[in-house]
Amino acid sequence: MTQTLDRHSGCSPSIDAGTYTVGPLQSGPPCCVPEPLIRVTNLSVSYGDHPALKDVTLDIYKGCITALIGPSGCGKTSFLSALNRLTDMIPGCRVEGGIRIGGQDILAPRLDVSALRREVGMIFQKPNPFPLPIRRNIEMPLREHGMKKRADLDETLERVLTDVGLWAEVKDRLDKPALALSGGQQQRLCIARALALAPSVLLMDEPCSALDPIASGIVEDMIAQLRGRYTVVIVTHNLAQAKRIANYAAFFWLRERGGTLVEFGHCRQIFEAPAHDLTAAYVSGMRG
Amino acid sequence: MFEAGRFAMVRGRVLEPLMTLAVWGSALLVAGAFLWLVGDLLWHGAERLSWAFLSSSPLNAGRTGGIGPILVSTLLILGVAVAAAVPLGLATAVLLTEFLRPRSRFGRLVGLSLDVLAGVPSIVFGLFGNAFFSVFLGLGFSILSGGLTLACMVLPILIRTAEASLRAVPDDWRLGSAALGLSRTAALRHILLPAASSGLVAGLLLGVGRAMAETAALIFTSGYVDRMPSSLFDSGRALSVHIYDLSMNVAGGDGNAYASALVLIGLLILINGTALYLAEHWLNRRIIAP
Ligand SMILES: Nc1ncnc2c1ncn2[C@@H]1O[C@H](COP(=O)(O)OP(=O)(O)O)[C@@H](O)[C@H]1O
Ligand SMILES: [Mg+2]
Repeated sequence: MTQTLDRHSGCSPSIDAGTYTVGPLQSGPPCCVPEPLIRVTNLSVSYGDHPALKDVTLDIYKGCITALIGPSGCGKTSFLSALNRLTDMIPGCRVEGGIRIGGQDILAPRLDVSALRREVGMIFQKPNPFPLPIRRNIEMPLREHGMKKRADLDETLERVLTDVGLWAEVKDRLDKPALALSGGQQQRLCIARALALAPSVLLMDEPCSALDPIASGIVEDMIAQLRGRYTVVIVTHNLAQAKRIANYAAFFWLRERGGTLVEFGHCRQIFEAPAHDLTAAYVSGMRG
Repeated sequence: MFEAGRFAMVRGRVLEPLMTLAVWGSALLVAGAFLWLVGDLLWHGAERLSWAFLSSSPLNAGRTGGIGPILVSTLLILGVAVAAAVPLGLATAVLLTEFLRPRSRFGRLVGLSLDVLAGVPSIVFGLFGNAFFSVFLGLGFSILSGGLTLACMVLPILIRTAEASLRAVPDDWRLGSAALGLSRTAALRHILLPAASSGLVAGLLLGVGRAMAETAALIFTSGYVDRMPSSLFDSGRALSVHIYDLSMNVAGGDGNAYASALVLIGLLILINGTALYLAEHWLNRRIIAP
């Protein structure tokens, strides 16, 4: 699998993603120069007059995995949804502040949201493959975005399914319904579906929390392999998982009026030398 | 504590069988009434039923002869009603579920009008259809007038069932397709409508069933003429109107009225059976199971 990803790797050749799958990571980005791809400034998200997230300023580094941790309700999902403008879908949801991805202001009202969402893929907590055959799950979005040639479609299908380690498992039943797959397979299919659109950023909202431990482990390893190729922002309640796969970690906490960012830093620093008492308490498992 | 427990036990011993009896009794009563009806129709009408009856023209004001032109008119009226009501109903349901905010003022207004319309007696639809389609639009007594009137009448059922089946589609798929940059149209076409299809079809068949059983809305719109219609602008007599006419206005028409009613009931059972079957088997299986 490592090799398949490397085949398409646009990242620095010094990185062997395979060595990062397990065990604590070295602090600091594993690849490239630490170059922020997403710059979030004073971001606030509110639903009606209920503030969900207040004043978050944070850089997300290119090619790295950034873990968002914190208790439920502190606005992690809202934060992710602002990054691909999925917040537009929620009536009454307001997003204020600045988000720039690759220098472009993605909160601009005239932005091509469809193009943004192709560039910034999203994986949900509950696997949500479409009620279509496995093949059509991947092909339908591709076709809608203008890929019409059979050969291109077939090539992409095989490539992304291989990337998520699903090809061997499903290549003989591509025309069977995706909903017949197991939970872990469904989630990997969803990741493959996002990868097929060639995004540069992947947002993952607790991608393993609906899965059994084994499936969760498989998906986690797979996410770790995405490092370098994609910029990954992952929400997780599994601190050990965050520790294993993330380069950076951001700790959110629920204050009286909505969630806030308490601390952001290298993953190792957040877990081993947190600067803030709340962070220290949370990562040592005393709260949350 | 002990007393209360004992009381509950006694109550259980008495109430439980009573409840069982009441529940089964009611179910048997309903089933019995239906069987009585069908049995009565079969008793009086079955012997007249034949291919010749289904295909030949009525004679002697319907006392003898068959119901060929009447079946054709019925199907044409239903066809017009479906062709007009389905696109309109689907579009309205899509507007209500996918484009308007939940509980928006306009959405609630539309919902309220639908609920009022659903409760309007069909004779009122008939009078409206006569005034609007026959007179105002100049369509006269015609299959077109009748079909369009029926379309107005079944629209509330159609929209409400379509709305319910679209709302039953999990939001996960809406978010999922939006997150892939798909347009709402694409999501509707590829995912939401197919996922809702069993409900949509069941609603459509319910609507068709209701339309087929309709008399009052058609008397003043598609009219009485029992000749074979040559176009949609001709008047045509629907099956239910035929039954009504035979049993109320034609002395000695009872035999054929029974036979026609048998045909109507048969068609209704067929339609409802199909709706049930589609809802339970085919459509869901195609989408969900391996
Ligand atoms: N669609 C919504 N409508 C209204 N309030 C919402 C919605 N989604 C989330 N919220 C509120 O925003 C706050 C943050 O939620 P969320 O971003 O889901 O947090 P997390 O993902 O960290 O659990 C919560 O108080 C939640 O009730
Ligand atoms: Mg969440």
